[in-house]
This record gives sequence, structure tokens and C-alpha cells, in this order.
Amino acid sequence: MFAYLVRRVIGAVVLLFIVTAVVFSIFFLVPRIGGASADDLASRYVGKSAGAEQIHEVAVKLGFTDPIYVQYGRFVKGLFVGQDYNYGPATEKCPAPCFGYSFVTQQPVWPDLVDRIPVTLSLALGAAVIWLVAGVGTGVISALKRGSVVDRSFMSVALAGVSLPIFFTGLLSLSIFSYKLGWTAQGGTNPMDASNPLEWAYDLILPWTTLAFLYAAAYARLTRAGMLETMNEDYVRTARAKGLPERNVVVQHGLRSALTPILTIFGLDLGLLLGGAILTETTFSLPGIGQYAVISLRANDLPKVLGVTLVAAFFIVMANLVVDLLYAVVDPRVRIQ
Amino acid sequence: MTETVQDTVSRVERGEAFLDVRDLKVHFPTDDGIVKSVDGLSFKLERGKTLGIVGESGSGKSVTSLSIMGLHQPGTADITGQVFLDGQDLISASREEVRLLRGKRMAMIFQDPLSAMHPFYTVGHQIIEAYRVHNKVSKQVARTHAIEMLDRVGIPQPDRRVDAYPHQFSGGMRQRAMIAMALSCDPDLLIADEPTTALDVTVQAQILDLIRDLQREFNSAVIIITHDLGVVAELADDIQVMYAGRAIEYGTAEGIFDRPQHPYTWGLLGSMPRIDRERSERLIPIKGTPPSLINVPEGCAFNPRCNYAHLNNGASETELPELLNIGDGHLVACHLSPEQRKQAWENDIKPNL
Repeated sequence: MFAYLVRRVIGAVVLLFIVTAVVFSIFFLVPRIGGASADDLASRYVGKSAGAEQIHEVAVKLGFTDPIYVQYGRFVKGLFVGQDYNYGPATEKCPAPCFGYSFVTQQPVWPDLVDRIPVTLSLALGAAVIWLVAGVGTGVISALKRGSVVDRSFMSVALAGVSLPIFFTGLLSLSIFSYKLGWTAQGGTNPMDASNPLEWAYDLILPWTTLAFLYAAAYARLTRAGMLETMNEDYVRTARAKGLPERNVVVQHGLRSALTPILTIFGLDLGLLLGGAILTETTFSLPGIGQYAVISLRANDLPKVLGVTLVAAFFIVMANLVVDLLYAVVDPRVRIQ
Repeated sequence: MTETVQDTVSRVERGEAFLDVRDLKVHFPTDDGIVKSVDGLSFKLERGKTLGIVGESGSGKSVTSLSIMGLHQPGTADITGQVFLDGQDLISASREEVRLLRGKRMAMIFQDPLSAMHPFYTVGHQIIEAYRVHNKVSKQVARTHAIEMLDRVGIPQPDRRVDAYPHQFSGGMRQRAMIAMALSCDPDLLIADEPTTALDVTVQAQILDLIRDLQREFNSAVIIITHDLGVVAELADDIQVMYAGRAIEYGTAEGIFDRPQHPYTWGLLGSMPRIDRERSERLIPIKGTPPSLINVPEGCAFNPRCNYAHLNNGASETELPELLNIGDGHLVACHLSPEQRKQAWENDIKPNL
């Protein structure tokens, strides 16, 4: 068990390094291969009025003329000990962990991310709780009442849920529940007052449910399919033969097995969401990682995009690591003896 | 909760056997028609006795056992008839009543112990679970009981193996654990559905010995369901041969092996390999395949495959033969006259076995 844990953690760390290398290459190597010179890259960091000589000077100072591995090494070093950007007129400090320095806003990227991660975290985790409970719950009921009216209506709603995009359900629910009925907070509310949980939930309940609706639909279908399979397994028949109450048979024997594949998907989904729920955050104007990514992309602010990408990659790798470890807890056959 | 002597006496006075199956019918409505998996089955079984039910795949053996246990999903099967367990009718009883009997008074051992045990729980957990459903005891007491049971079925180091998972057991060990689980509440009726089919031959013998020893110890009634005549020869007191959802022959183990009456039983015996025959001699398979249970052949269901059907002047194709007592409690459902059967057995079948 311990060896398994160590191997997975080492694997995750190695993977993160590969991810930083790949992401870094996409931003700094691929443009060069595509024909952009060091000066072209540097031109993004200076004013529009800058002359060619000035640009070249900045390119040298920012290190774009160095070999790519030197640049990467400097970037990785920045992540751990920080980095100074000397672009000529002045030197900008970027303390560790330095995910880059935005010359558009004249600020390091990391503090921005730190501000926004809690928003995305609140959104994703809250929604995850709702969609897990609702999705798995309806999936189980559907499977047990297969072919009934209940099953059919659940699955029709689920089909709608999977098919409708967030910007449709989100705007629709905002219009009804927030603007017409006034039950929930309006779009654009910054839900960062975690000192008051009720208010926090009030601010986020609409984004949560909207996002959860999309995922719950998929989870309901997955759970239903899984339950239909496991409830026909021999060991479920054995559980019944022991005289266990049906509820225990369903939950402890049927659902327990059906949850394993759902756990895998859940890890991927949650990791992806933690890296920014772009559509939801944009629809509800939540200042999270996803919205930050969109704004940075629009502003052509490469260091920010790089920072967001790395954070997103980090969450996905971590979520998968957690799933791998949980897998060993859930399924004893995975444990290496 | 074993029955007292008093109970037994009054039950026997009423003319009821411990397990008394009367005209059991299990029909499954499907889109293609009604599947008559079991169609009018009756038999009796006393405590301490073993009944072997044999027949090909799809003859209704397993469906019978699942009906007795009440393990068919509600709404999937139409079950009629009566199954009395110690005087209580299981078919008309509520699902909850039957559930409380399951595991406690009647238990079942399944064919493949790997798929029949939950892969995510330890063997001990699964036995403890079975024990605690019916006995209000602490986990610690149940655990001690589980270790005792594992010890009883011959699992070495039971206090350590109790925490192992099913995949860490060998096939034979798993089946032993399965038996320990089934016997944990000291049931009066044990149904073993092909208990040795998934096991090595050497392990098969051990498991059969184990079942026999435990039956003596617990004095339970045992039903062994199998297609392997060797298994019933080993264990059964009585044998019931099933074909297309009906009993076509019933008798003592001795009677079935020494004086089989039904052409289908002859076929089963003929297709069994024997070590005391020349290897060059061919086995005699039963021609054809088992019938569809939606369109069971008219008359005797076995007639399209029977070598003697032509001797009955068309009765085989039109009339359903009744299960009749031919003496000594040996029952057979066949249109052939006793003389014809005796002649065919003595001349055609016995010399070739």
C-alpha cells in the first residue's frame, strides 16, 4: 500500500514537470519554430511606439535570445525562488512562486491567481456536492425502477441536462430566479465573504445548481448504467440470499461497486473545473480562474494565460492523484501486495 | 431456530414434509412469449436428507432453487403453487417474511464463488454480515463466530484469513468460505447450486466431503443441483431428473443408477464418461438440443429426442405423460410400458454403459 502511494506521488510530480515543460514550450518554443524571432516575442512586452532597437534590447534583457532550455530553467527556478524581470527602464520583482509577470497590468501573475482560486474552488466544490448527490441518487432510483415512468422522466430530464449549455440554463435561471423572483444573488456578485456561510451559499446557489445540473445529468446516466450492471452480479444475489434488507443490498453491495468508475470520472471532472469553470464563471460574472483565463486571452496577456494553464494542469494532476489513491481504498484488488 | 421434536411430530402428523414443494410453476413473461421455466414441479425433502436435482442447462433446476429462496425479482416471474418450509408457505408469504427466513432457515451456495462474493469486502466481513442480519450480536462476537465457521470448513489460520479478500483465496478456499457463510446461521435447508462446477476435480471431492460432513453435523436438508451425475452419486439420497421444467423421473439414488426408467435418464447415464470402459468406445450423447421453453414440444417434451417415441402409437406427440409411481416410490413420466422399458434398458442401454 505504501509503495503504491509513493509510486503514485512520484508519478504525479514527474507528470507536473512534463506539463510545465510542454506548456512552456507551447508559449515560448512553438512561436519560434513557427518563425517568430526573439524580437517578435519581446514586442509584446513593450509599448507600441518602441523602435526595433529598443525591442531587441528588451528581448535580450528578458532572455528571449537565450537557448530554450536556459529559458525553461529560469522559469522553473522562478517557480521556486522567484525571479526579477529587468526590462530596461526598471526591474520588476516577482516573488516565488513566480508564475510569470504581466507587463500589461504591471503585476506578477501569482497574486491574481491566489485571489481567484477560492472563487473557483467554492464554485466547483459546492457544485460537485450537489451533482454527486443528485446525479447518483436519481441514477440509482432510475436503475431500480427501470422502465417505469419515474425512470423515463428522470432520464429525459438528464438528456436535457447533458444537452443544454451553461450559458442557456445559466441565463434562463438568472432571469427567472434572480431577476424575476429575487430568490438568489444576481450575476456579478463576488462571493468571497466566507465568514458568513449563509451569504456565501446565497451568492453561489444559482451557479452551483446550474453547473451541477449539467454534471448531475451525466452522472445520473452513468450511475444508472452502472447499477443496472452491478445489480445483476452474482454477489448481489448472494447478498439477497443472506437475507439482507433490500436497502443494504442496493447501497452496500450494488452501489458500492457501481461507484468505482464514477469516482474516476469525478476526479477528471473536478480537476478540470478547478482549473476554471469558464462558461459558468463568465455567465455569472464570477471572478474565478476561468474568467481570468478569458480576460487574459482577450488581452493577449501571455504570462497570465501561461499561469492559468499551469494552475489548471496542477489541479487536474492532483485530482487524478487523489482518485488513484482513493481507488486503492475503494477497491482492494488495486492494492499491490 | 431449529424445529423442536414436538413440531416435527405434529408436522409429520399433518402429512407434510419439512420441505414440501407442490405443483410449483415459474413462468417468465417475455416479448417472445411465456417462458415456462418450471411447469408443475412437486417434491418433498426431510431434514438430514439430500436431494439431487439433475438435468441439462435450461431444464429449470436453478429457477426452482431461486423460487424456493424467493430470489426472483418482483414482477419478473409469475410463480404459482406452494412451497412449504416447515409448514410455512413461502410462495404466499410476504417478501419481508421470506427475507427473514433467507440466510437463517434456508441458505444457498452458488456455482462460482469468485463472482458470488463481493470483491470489495473481506471474507470475514461478508460472513459477519450474514450472521448479524439474523442475530443481534456485537461485531466482535460475530467476528469470533466467523473465525469459528472458517475453521469448521477447513480453512487454515482462520483468525488471519478472516481479513483476507476473496481474490486472495484459491477457488476451493473461496467455496469453503462461501459454505461457511451459508452455514453461519445454522440453516435447516441448504441449497447448493452447482457447488463444484467451477472447481478443480481434486477440490471438487473435498468440497463434496465437506458438504456431507456438515450436513451430518447440522442435520439439515440439502438440495444439490447439478448436471454432473458423479456429484449426485456421491451425495444424494434421492434424485430428481428434470427436463423442460418438469420432473420426468424421481427415485432413490440407487434406483436411478441401477434401474433408470426414463429414456432421458438413460441418455444422461450414457453420456457420462467411465473409467472402467475402453477408451476407444464412444460416449453416447443425447441427440438434438434441449427444447425452447417458450414452445415446449406437444405431448412428452422429450419426444423429438427420444429413440423410443415411435413405440407409443403417437401418444408421445399428443399426450403429456404423468409422473406415476411404478413401485418403491420410484416415479417416472413416460408412455412406454414397464415391459418395453425393461427390455430397452436390459438389451440396448445397460450393455453399452
